[in-house]
Amino acid sequence: MTRYILRRLLQAIPLLFVISLVLFFLMQNMGDPIATMGGRNVTRSADRERLKRQLGLDKPIIVQYLYWLAGNDWAKADLDGDGIAETPGTRRGVLRGDFGLSLVNKKPVTQVIWERLPNTLLLMLTAEAMILIFALLIGIYSALKQYSTFDNIITTITFLFYSMPVFFFALVTMYIFAVNFKKWGLPYLPTVGMFEPTAGKTPLQVAWHMVLPTATLSFGFIAGYSRYIRSAMLEAMGQDYVRTAKAKGLPKPEIVYIHALKNAALPIVTIIALDLPFLLGGAIVTERIFGWPGMGRLFLDHVSRGDTPVVMGILMMIAVAVVIFQLIADILYAWLDPRIRYT
Amino acid sequence: MESIAPPSKGSIANLSPDVLETPPLSLGQLTWRRFRRHKMANFGAIMLILLVLYAFGGAFVFSEAYANKTETGARLQAPSREHPFGTDTVGRDILARTIYGGQISILIGLTAMLVELVIGVTVGAISGFFGGLIDSLLMRITEAVIVIPQIFLLLVMAKYFAASIPNITILGRTFSGSVVVIILVIGVTTWPYLARIVRSQFLSIKENDFILAARATGTSTTEIIFRHILPNSIAPIIVSGTLSVASAITLEAYISFLGLGVRPPTATWGNMLEGAYNYIETAWWLWFFPGALIALIVLSINFVGDGLRDALDPHSRAI
Repeated sequence: MTRYILRRLLQAIPLLFVISLVLFFLMQNMGDPIATMGGRNVTRSADRERLKRQLGLDKPIIVQYLYWLAGNDWAKADLDGDGIAETPGTRRGVLRGDFGLSLVNKKPVTQVIWERLPNTLLLMLTAEAMILIFALLIGIYSALKQYSTFDNIITTITFLFYSMPVFFFALVTMYIFAVNFKKWGLPYLPTVGMFEPTAGKTPLQVAWHMVLPTATLSFGFIAGYSRYIRSAMLEAMGQDYVRTAKAKGLPKPEIVYIHALKNAALPIVTIIALDLPFLLGGAIVTERIFGWPGMGRLFLDHVSRGDTPVVMGILMMIAVAVVIFQLIADILYAWLDPRIRYT
Repeated sequence: MESIAPPSKGSIANLSPDVLETPPLSLGQLTWRRFRRHKMANFGAIMLILLVLYAFGGAFVFSEAYANKTETGARLQAPSREHPFGTDTVGRDILARTIYGGQISILIGLTAMLVELVIGVTVGAISGFFGGLIDSLLMRITEAVIVIPQIFLLLVMAKYFAASIPNITILGRTFSGSVVVIILVIGVTTWPYLARIVRSQFLSIKENDFILAARATGTSTTEIIFRHILPNSIAPIIVSGTLSVASAITLEAYISFLGLGVRPPTATWGNMLEGAYNYIETAWWLWFFPGALIALIVLSINFVGDGLRDALDPHSRAI
């Protein structure tokens, strides 16, 4: 097992390397970094040249990539443009944890991301918990009551929700629970931000503001997973070991939750880890609509301004997270299901 | 599949085809029969036909110039007799725009699916058939594309190509060049899942005896791939292709919604939603109609795809 984990980790290194290289090339056309940095002030071509040299943009792209990856404190840059490199570089490179400075606000990229990461994690973890709880409840109940009215209604709704784009769900729920509830004088849900500026950032405020974003982020996954759990439960309930358990006279909850569910819910571990990219994708839309100050919105803001270092930083962090989650999923799966052996 | 002659007529082997009361069904007929049994799929197919009629038939009612005509005096009007779906922020008629937007959205869905099919099937086929070093190389590339969440990759690529393609004119209609960008970008980011499916199909089918027989009779590699393996793995490709039309339409809507999609004046269901959430309190018709149309078409395509999956399943014995 240790050898398997080690091999997977070693395989991840070239993978991440290739990803970063391709992304870095894609970043070259993101917009004018000088304009991003200096706003409209930098119009003199001499200033532009100077800034270009400062950012290292006068170097060939491969050298730029190398500096991004490994830093440039071992090389000297030519800042005054006289053809002699005299100033030693200051960047330490991604490999040593330095993602550079944001072009927009000159703060270190790690700090910019770090400020937003907890908000996104809060949203995603809550959504993931909701997804699991509701998908299990709905999936198990409709499997046990197969073809009942409840099951049929749920089937229709899950199909509807599964096909509904995230933004449409968000807009409809906003319209019903925020706009119309307000109109009807009912307690209405807030639609923008994490808290009311007047009330301050109290846990209650944040929780209240999280209701709609969490629902938006999780509804599609609840629909998909509950279908999955339903069919897995139906299959498990027809297995011989469940019949044996029934024949032994075990109480029904024990049969359902210990014997059937344990086996039926196993693959869900893998699915959750593999769906992480989709959850992140949903988060970007959700954060945009609800003005949630998370990584998704950070990404959108900085993509549109062509802030390469921040965009690269976010993408690489996500890539690492996805790779690690896939590995964790495989390991967990092998641990939970003794039939699977990795060598 | 089994032929369905009544057993009283004696052994089937002795009967020539015209003696059989019912001739055996071809795969297409069989699929069609099973598909018709699938209620949801029928509903989906009918909805889909209606939506296509709406988008392409509606062009005979409204001209494209009317759909793109701005009339600032009539901005943000609620649905009325004159504008059944209301007007948008610059006074364009939303009904007419959903018609022309639908055409582009459907076209983007179909063409992005084609791009995905070409790349996905090629990569999957090469990978699965030849194996070895090529396989592991291609699969690493596939992994690399999957690791970055699709929307993030789409946004970066859309931004990358954003300004580089000028407007194009086809059949007297001008399209924003960003349509082509979006199609390519969606196709280029969605193929890995299809490639994996095709690869696993190829891996299992190439071990069959009929492939061995084909090799033994000296069939060329291309012919083995295209005449023997590909037709046998067509079912999952069709299903996945159908579903990816839906996902391409959704993806286009996502990036347009986020402001990096198809540029005006060309309307799509997605870019009609751009910025519409700013009017959530004041103008619900701005986002409701295009949003509902996207939800409807995605739902019907998913139903059709589900029906096709059941109908094409070789293990299904239902006729």
